[in-house]
Amino acid sequence: MSLPEKRTHACFWEGLEGRYDVLELRAIHERCSGCRACELACALANFREMNPAKSALGIEGRFPVPGDYRIHLCDQCGACAEACPEDAITFEGEAYLIDHDLCIGCLLCVDACPHGVLYVHASSETPIKCTLCGACAEICPRDAIVLEGGA
Amino acid sequence: MLYGYAGTMLEVDLTSGRIRKTPVPDDLARDYLGGRGFVARLLWERLRSGTDPFDPENLIVIATGPLSGHLVPASGKTHFGTKSPATGGYADSNMGGHFGPALKYAGYDVLLLTGRASEPTFLVIEDESVALRSAEEWWGRGAITTEKGLKKELGEEFRIITIGPAGENLVRFACISHDFGRQAGRAGIGAVLGSKHLKAIAVKGTGGLPVFDVDGLYEKGREAYLKVRAKPGFAGWTPEGTAGITDWVNQVGAFPTRNFQTSYFPGYQKINGKAVVEHLKITDKGCFCCPTPCGKYGKASTSLGTVHVEGPEYESIALLGGACVLGSIEEVAYANYVCDELGLDTISGGVVAAWAMECFEKGLLSEEQVGREIHFEDLESVVYLLEKMASRDGIGDLLAEGVMRAAAKLGRGSDSFAIHVKGLEWSGYESRNAPGMMLAYMTADVGAHHNRAWALGHDVAGSAASVHDLISAGGGRDKMAKAPVAGKAERVIDLQHIRPLFDCLGICRLQYMELGFEGQNYEELFYLVTGRRMKWDELLEVSERVWHLTRAFSKREIEGFGRKYDYPPRRFFQEPIPDGPNEGHFLTRDELDVLLDEYYQARGWDANGIPTEKTLCRVGLADVAEALKQGK
Repeated sequence: MSLPEKRTHACFWEGLEGRYDVLELRAIHERCSGCRACELACALANFREMNPAKSALGIEGRFPVPGDYRIHLCDQCGACAEACPEDAITFEGEAYLIDHDLCIGCLLCVDACPHGVLYVHASSETPIKCTLCGACAEICPRDAIVLEGGA
Repeated sequence: MLYGYAGTMLEVDLTSGRIRKTPVPDDLARDYLGGRGFVARLLWERLRSGTDPFDPENLIVIATGPLSGHLVPASGKTHFGTKSPATGGYADSNMGGHFGPALKYAGYDVLLLTGRASEPTFLVIEDESVALRSAEEWWGRGAITTEKGLKKELGEEFRIITIGPAGENLVRFACISHDFGRQAGRAGIGAVLGSKHLKAIAVKGTGGLPVFDVDGLYEKGREAYLKVRAKPGFAGWTPEGTAGITDWVNQVGAFPTRNFQTSYFPGYQKINGKAVVEHLKITDKGCFCCPTPCGKYGKASTSLGTVHVEGPEYESIALLGGACVLGSIEEVAYANYVCDELGLDTISGGVVAAWAMECFEKGLLSEEQVGREIHFEDLESVVYLLEKMASRDGIGDLLAEGVMRAAAKLGRGSDSFAIHVKGLEWSGYESRNAPGMMLAYMTADVGAHHNRAWALGHDVAGSAASVHDLISAGGGRDKMAKAPVAGKAERVIDLQHIRPLFDCLGICRLQYMELGFEGQNYEELFYLVTGRRMKWDELLEVSERVWHLTRAFSKREIEGFGRKYDYPPRRFFQEPIPDGPNEGHFLTRDELDVLLDEYYQARGWDANGIPTEKTLCRVGLADVAEALKQGK
């Protein structure tokens, strides 16, 4: 398994298509310093909004004890799709995506997510889910989030 | 539309519980940008002249800047201002972390607090919803304990500021605490919160910020994030953070040691940045949207116990480690933790403890008065004094007043080594052979604080070299030549405009000052966020306007304010440094007058250090000139 090179453009996984069978985000918690630029980048890439509350990942600072960070990411496990009564969440090439036209906003997927990374925001009846766009990994200056390809 | 801003000011009167929301005035944003600029202007306009700092009518302004909360390097800054209980004049202090961005996402650029709640209270802001709740169960408890407790009660996503017992007990140098290790430390603003019976403010914001060119900003912000880390300063600075400068400051003979008796600390390697990383660090801990985290969070074990604590950062190392002469980084970290939990500024807390220990050493304070023996080089003495101060118990009641008032009360020459300007204790740079830095301390609006103008590098290197260049060049001279006194004003004034500009923008200055991230980057980022084209020099003009305004504020509020408030304690112009690289050096009273004369002239102030009418009118403060003329 090799790490993709850092790019300077959004959606940087586009160039990786075809090179790997699977792409996934991986968190390396010890590298995180809690700056939350990933949250800003996620909301900018997916909603064109300066608003970390609309990001599909979360940084948890565990203070005062033990004194470290945990990165909560979607690993495309598909539990949300299984929970969805409307089959509104489907695997599209790289990631499980929500069809917001089919979604009825029951939020069963939010409850079903084992990582707690499906988010509800007041501006929308349907939840926010990771699209595997890679914006978080791209901006992380410490490579605490990396987009990895595997065979 | 005001791009970049949330757009609303939130006013809370704690006496009546009345809450008011008003739009941020366009001209306020235009002329003062935000942050420190908002603090200065709103205090000038809204505080009734002559109000006592602890009177319910005193105003606390909490302000973000136009760049706060955006994808701009280190956009996590929040500014707090009030009429200072330490100096009686202008006060502002800022902190990093996540509070300011949260306030903006909730919809507010500014929070204005007046009045006094009838019982201990905390304020909860959740987007449009604003509520006051009882803090009875948290009153008397530590700042860190309270933050953790409120997060448990409200939810981890709340961003919280708290005060500790020191703020509740009106200690004149009580701080505001946030994110388990960030503080708005200086000038006693925590005590004003305490006087209002406001224990904490918790904010959760889920709204977005209006951006002039959101795609452009995403592109440039992302680029900036990477570019900052490519600066040569990055590798030299970020691994140890501010603590990394300890060695250099000591080598150039500017490390405040033994209550500033001397300026070289032989045991520096036991309390430097390397020691922080090797002995304490668990993780780097950054502020919001900062690619170059200074914060080092760790764990320290001492004979008094084991603590988790952020830091120590340089200032805590200098004043708790150097001024109180502690022997290891673990001991400094422990004292730092005690300050954090009690809600004491580590700078003032360290200086006050050091002053008390020198008084004891000289026989000016007795064992009976203090309640025990106290000595430099003894962690137990330092912790004892910090706890007494925070509770105002016994000797602590005197110490809680700060060194200026405590020395005035104690007398017997103890004021000559009460290390402060205007009533605010001196931060981490001994300046008897650093005339530019000395001038910066003498003229800083809040009192003896370094962050308005860190001119030490200029004194040592004779250039505008970045901190990184200075550290790389090393110090380590056995003997420093006496630094020339003339010609310091210009550089100090430049710095007094540059650094506080970042305080107006609502971002950290470190990437520019310490790492060398150029000014034109900020012009571009400012344009993309706000849609306003302002050149670097035009931005600095705002900073200059604010500088004259804060001076005018102190003139208005302090009876007889002027030149005599700008002198350091006698130690600095009467006692030569006894040893180290600067042995034998000090500045004479005449030399201090040269510094002030040149400075006042360059500023356009009169010989008493008051801005002239012409100067105030030149920078767009005709109304302020008029008010001063009428003695209002």
